[in-house]
Amino acid sequence: MSAPLTPAPATSPAPEAHAAPQVMLNGRAYELVDLDPDVTALDWIRRQGFTGAKEGCAEGECGACAVLVVKPAGPNTGPAGEAGGGGSVWTAVNSCLVPVAALAGQEVVTAEGLGSPDALHPVQREMAVRGGSQCGYCTPGFVCSMAAEYYRDGRCGDGAAAGPATAHTDSDASDQAADHEVGPNGFDLHALSGNLCRCTGYRPIRDAAYALVAPDGADELTQRTQQAAPPAHLERMTGPNGVFVRPGSLAEVLAILAEEPDAAIVAGSTDRGVEVNLRGLRSPLVVGIDRVPELRELRVDDDAYELGAALSLSEIERGLAGAIPVLDELFAQFASRLIRNSATLGGNLGTASPIGDSPPVLLALDARLVLAGPDGDREVALADYFTGYRQSVRRPGELIRSVRLPRPTPRLTAFHKIAKRRFDDISSVAVGYGLDIDDGVVRSAQIGLGGVAATPIRATATERALVGAPWTSETVQAAADIMAGEGTPMSDHRASSDYRSAMLRTSLLKFFTNNSVGNASVNKEATS
Amino acid sequence: MSHLSQRPDLAVVGHEIPHEAASLHVTGHALYTDDLVERISGTLHAFPVQTALAHGRVTRLDITPALDMPGVVRVLTGEDVPGVNDAGVKHDEPLFPTEVMYFGHPVAWVLAETLEAARLGALAVQVDVEPLPSVITVAEAIAAQSFQGATPTVQRGDVADGLEESAHVFSGEFTFGGQEHFYLETHCALAHVDEGGQIFVQSSTQHPSETQEIVAHVLGLANHEVTVQCLRMGGGFGGKEMQPHGYAAIAALGATLTGRPVRLRLDRTQDLTMTGKRHGFHAQWRVGFDADGRLQALDATMTADGGWSLDLSEPVLARALCHADNAYWIPHVRINGRIARTHKASNTAFRGFGGPQGMILIEDNLGRCAPLLGLDAMELRRRNFYAEGQPTPYGQPVHQADRIERCWQGVLDLGDIEARQQEIAVFNVAHADRKRAVALTPVKFGISFNFTAFNQAGALVHVYKDGSVLINHGGTEMGQGLHTKMLQVAATALGLPLARVRLAPTRTDKVPNTSATAASSGADLNGGAVKNACEQITDRLRAIAAGELGVAPSDVVFSDGLVTGSGSDGSLTWDELVRLAYFRRVQLWAAGFYRTEGLHWDSSIMQGRPFKYFAYGVAATEVEVDGFTGAYSTRRVDIVHDVGDSLSPLIDIGQVEGGYVQGAGWLTLEDLRWDESDGERRGRFLTQSASTYKLPSFSEMPVEFNVELLPRAHEEGAVYGSKAVGEPPLMLAFSVREALRQAAAAFGPDGVAVDLASPATPEAVFWALDRARTSAAGDPGSAGVTAGGLEPEQPHGQPLHPRSEANVGHPVAHSEVSATEVSSSAGVS
Repeated sequence: MSAPLTPAPATSPAPEAHAAPQVMLNGRAYELVDLDPDVTALDWIRRQGFTGAKEGCAEGECGACAVLVVKPAGPNTGPAGEAGGGGSVWTAVNSCLVPVAALAGQEVVTAEGLGSPDALHPVQREMAVRGGSQCGYCTPGFVCSMAAEYYRDGRCGDGAAAGPATAHTDSDASDQAADHEVGPNGFDLHALSGNLCRCTGYRPIRDAAYALVAPDGADELTQRTQQAAPPAHLERMTGPNGVFVRPGSLAEVLAILAEEPDAAIVAGSTDRGVEVNLRGLRSPLVVGIDRVPELRELRVDDDAYELGAALSLSEIERGLAGAIPVLDELFAQFASRLIRNSATLGGNLGTASPIGDSPPVLLALDARLVLAGPDGDREVALADYFTGYRQSVRRPGELIRSVRLPRPTPRLTAFHKIAKRRFDDISSVAVGYGLDIDDGVVRSAQIGLGGVAATPIRATATERALVGAPWTSETVQAAADIMAGEGTPMSDHRASSDYRSAMLRTSLLKFFTNNSVGNASVNKEATS
Repeated sequence: MSHLSQRPDLAVVGHEIPHEAASLHVTGHALYTDDLVERISGTLHAFPVQTALAHGRVTRLDITPALDMPGVVRVLTGEDVPGVNDAGVKHDEPLFPTEVMYFGHPVAWVLAETLEAARLGALAVQVDVEPLPSVITVAEAIAAQSFQGATPTVQRGDVADGLEESAHVFSGEFTFGGQEHFYLETHCALAHVDEGGQIFVQSSTQHPSETQEIVAHVLGLANHEVTVQCLRMGGGFGGKEMQPHGYAAIAALGATLTGRPVRLRLDRTQDLTMTGKRHGFHAQWRVGFDADGRLQALDATMTADGGWSLDLSEPVLARALCHADNAYWIPHVRINGRIARTHKASNTAFRGFGGPQGMILIEDNLGRCAPLLGLDAMELRRRNFYAEGQPTPYGQPVHQADRIERCWQGVLDLGDIEARQQEIAVFNVAHADRKRAVALTPVKFGISFNFTAFNQAGALVHVYKDGSVLINHGGTEMGQGLHTKMLQVAATALGLPLARVRLAPTRTDKVPNTSATAASSGADLNGGAVKNACEQITDRLRAIAAGELGVAPSDVVFSDGLVTGSGSDGSLTWDELVRLAYFRRVQLWAAGFYRTEGLHWDSSIMQGRPFKYFAYGVAATEVEVDGFTGAYSTRRVDIVHDVGDSLSPLIDIGQVEGGYVQGAGWLTLEDLRWDESDGERRGRFLTQSASTYKLPSFSEMPVEFNVELLPRAHEEGAVYGSKAVGEPPLMLAFSVREALRQAAAAFGPDGVAVDLASPATPEAVFWALDRARTSAAGDPGSAGVTAGGLEPEQPHGQPLHPRSEANVGHPVAHSEVSATEVSSSAGVS
């Protein structure tokens, strides 16, 4: 460590009116002064003289901007929306997407903060001596992503097999590759799925990652994870052209929305950040909801799982700990670890994009959305939520509070994502399956499709062809022909419409091949 | 062993050491051009005014609304240029155009106090453009006869005779895509007028001397009034060989007009929409084999997509034509080249510089035709390797041809290929929905600039009184490890530990008239110059040491900081000797120079000896393809590559691996798309972000990746026996494309020939395997191959080759070819 890390100084939820918000950057407090709400953390960090974090793409794809932030270890809520367990996690995020205002009161470490040329951090040492850097531009970002995984609790625990909480697709080709995506030291390569290197071809970076031993217990960053993450302040940051506020409760958020329906709501900012950077989107009022307690609940009730809309996907993944296998399939293919550390289900559904990766799976799980509004909560089936291209039944002033997944979940589930690249790509076609088969007959079938219409849709005709029919090759062949006709796929730079239709067809055939007699994957919950 | 290549005992070259800046990289302390902005004050930010039309005439440009915006200081237009309004060396690239030549072409630049103010200022500038007809694809360019520049032909023998004598003749067409460099650091320049009145430009450039020249000619200054420095680049790959100049000139122009530093950094979208890429090509070909599958004749016309201006298209095309043979002896050859002019950003150098585009022609041919010849593709390739001394189509004898065979055998052993082929066969029988294949492909790549004058370099080596050494050379560091190698060369030449040598950033006021750091030549050229400078110094020191030690000057040895003489027990430390030399008024610094000997090239007939030597390599790639989706994974890669005697093995292996993966990206994943419709956004680059243009990530890395450097590979003609390494390994990636083709074929009956689009995306592979599944064996149509077939179109521009003119005048009669007995070995397996 080149700079000592100390816990955040302020704990009061109400900073003095005139005190500028601060960010602990590499162990020192820096004030946020004269900043508009859409100024990114990356721009601000670089302006403080820490130029290790770079802008490579400005949309969270390359990871050159990755930095470490201390975040709560768990989703369970305390009085200020904090982890009840007390611990915290070094979390790598894309600093090009997150507004710096969202980091007020938080602790940030960049590559400069991890080590110095004369005193390299273990991650930096492995990267340097193994040829993990060539041009070096992506390197500080890689170092931060790698450090987050280096510090992951339990990485070196019960050996490699028990390491990461990521599952992989049911594609055999992927399985074969996936076996090699966890190192002997428990390092999950998916931790680096949001970092691009154009020089090395990655092999030396993988070698560096797999050579990392367990962190020294006396290591300052390890020590830091024993304590709680800094609380979220009730912050208001006023800049020349706008304001960033962070309400402390859902009621406050709804009150703001009632008054300012055009306010920009951000949690992880992984979607809006792209609009800000690439399309010049600016807003006079940005509302940060990532730490609103009511939106951060994760509960397992008797009849449903309740997933808070502002939980990051990584938090849900850790919180569920494999309880819903198809979600783990989804998470492993949902953007990158860097994005999943910030992105939320609320955001993915709030944009109502036809190519979001979560809707096909959530449709297959028959998900329901709880919408919070001025008149209280209401619940809608996800299948009824989307009304058009990037449009939904969500009214102005309403917010997605949580996603409800009915229990028991279907026994036979899968997520198929067709994309050019296996890590961190947008799908051409995505299919979620949720089937129950008893005595060889399909009792129920929910199939969610993405990328083949203006909204995510259910493959209703295919579902009808399956329900009540025997789970046989004949049934599936016929249903696959129907599935090829679902939706209205278009041709674009990702795929042709013919390919999309063909993929709908082959997806069902593949699902059958992977789940025919003797090859069934059964939901743990349903068997217990 | 030549003096240049001879390595002393205890040489520092050959040691496996990390990149000289590795500890700076990993801690974020390595500075790139844009990292300097926070170190100076008063900097203005530049932002382009981009136009949204593929082709049109600017009828009105009103900058006054921008000037009224807060923070805007100045708007640069063509009227501000005191010198030449041109960003290139061909004088066909107006820096401020009056004719918009591609969608996104900037017509003015706004300078403002902040980047945000500059962006808003650029939005306020009003531009009216009168639309003109546009040409977007190469096919459209060919139809419209829209070409630019030279139309060279490489020719040997008589293709008509060769085809007539062939037992098998096939023909086909092939359009393949280009590639975006996607250096992680986008183009960047930072200019100010220094305290001496000089223009000082920090630029992310592979060619500082040319950046200096362009800045000078735009500003109407002499070269000695402009200095360009390149600290390091966050990747270049050829994309910063020619294209940084205009941006540097904008920054410099802004600095001279405002008196303030000006920073110009393209964001990713601007970089993707405004800068050139690897040339995509269209190729039309006919190939003849004898009954045993030996190549007899290759007749092809290759059309490069040049984009709106020439840039480096002519030399790229020349290198493509000079690499269409790859590692194969072809007695009769005629390869015509031409450059399409399209309304797109101007395509430029990219690692391999046309070599990959030339090689893909023959590798695609061999891969497609092997099943039709009834031969295993591996056997077909091996059967056609060059033998020692056989000349290339452009007249250069192929030396060290045995290295092709050595690399090939090396890969067979390293990859245990024979056993794995059997495993793959078993696997494929057992799995209906998944197929595997392994393919081997060779690389032979010519090293030197085709343009002979570029094969020179300079260096400046200072020995200070305390014995410490500072070196400066004309090459630039873009991650390839050139500086690391130069430190090793200097330490070796001076007999010093590495730590005694330091390297200063590349700048034009230290070493003038440098060549681009390109063509893989950086270490060869600059290493020669550094070594030369060091030897001038050691020669002077030698005389003094000889007197002190009482030995003959030729017996003085410099090694690891000690100076000794054979036959003498005495010794001096380097520092003592340096101090002594200073007091005796001996010059302790030297300017070194190197030029590559033995090159000659006549571009008018495309004949000569353009290359000092060839670099060789062979790769084997095994893939597994999912029959449901066309998705695939790379299971294993084995490579044996010839880098001569490696100067720096860790660096060289990094270049081989990185080159392979980058080549695999070009061939399998990276998919440039433009709006080809007739709509309003015609010509718009569609894949203009990292979310739509996908380069290889961790998921594309081979699961098992083995690289060996060819042993016993001393190169007489290069510094310390080494060979260039930057570009050649990129073309090892043909093995992944050919493996995908073979895996797709495995879904069909034996003997199916497969046409595979490039890039071989999962969708392309899916269609290829889908066709294979429904094909009958030996059906050439499924490979997009016609048995027999027509002569490729002969370009009519201005053929430079006298013999090609004769051919244009007397085209081979189509009936003659049709009459050739064609037996396509249908059904043979």
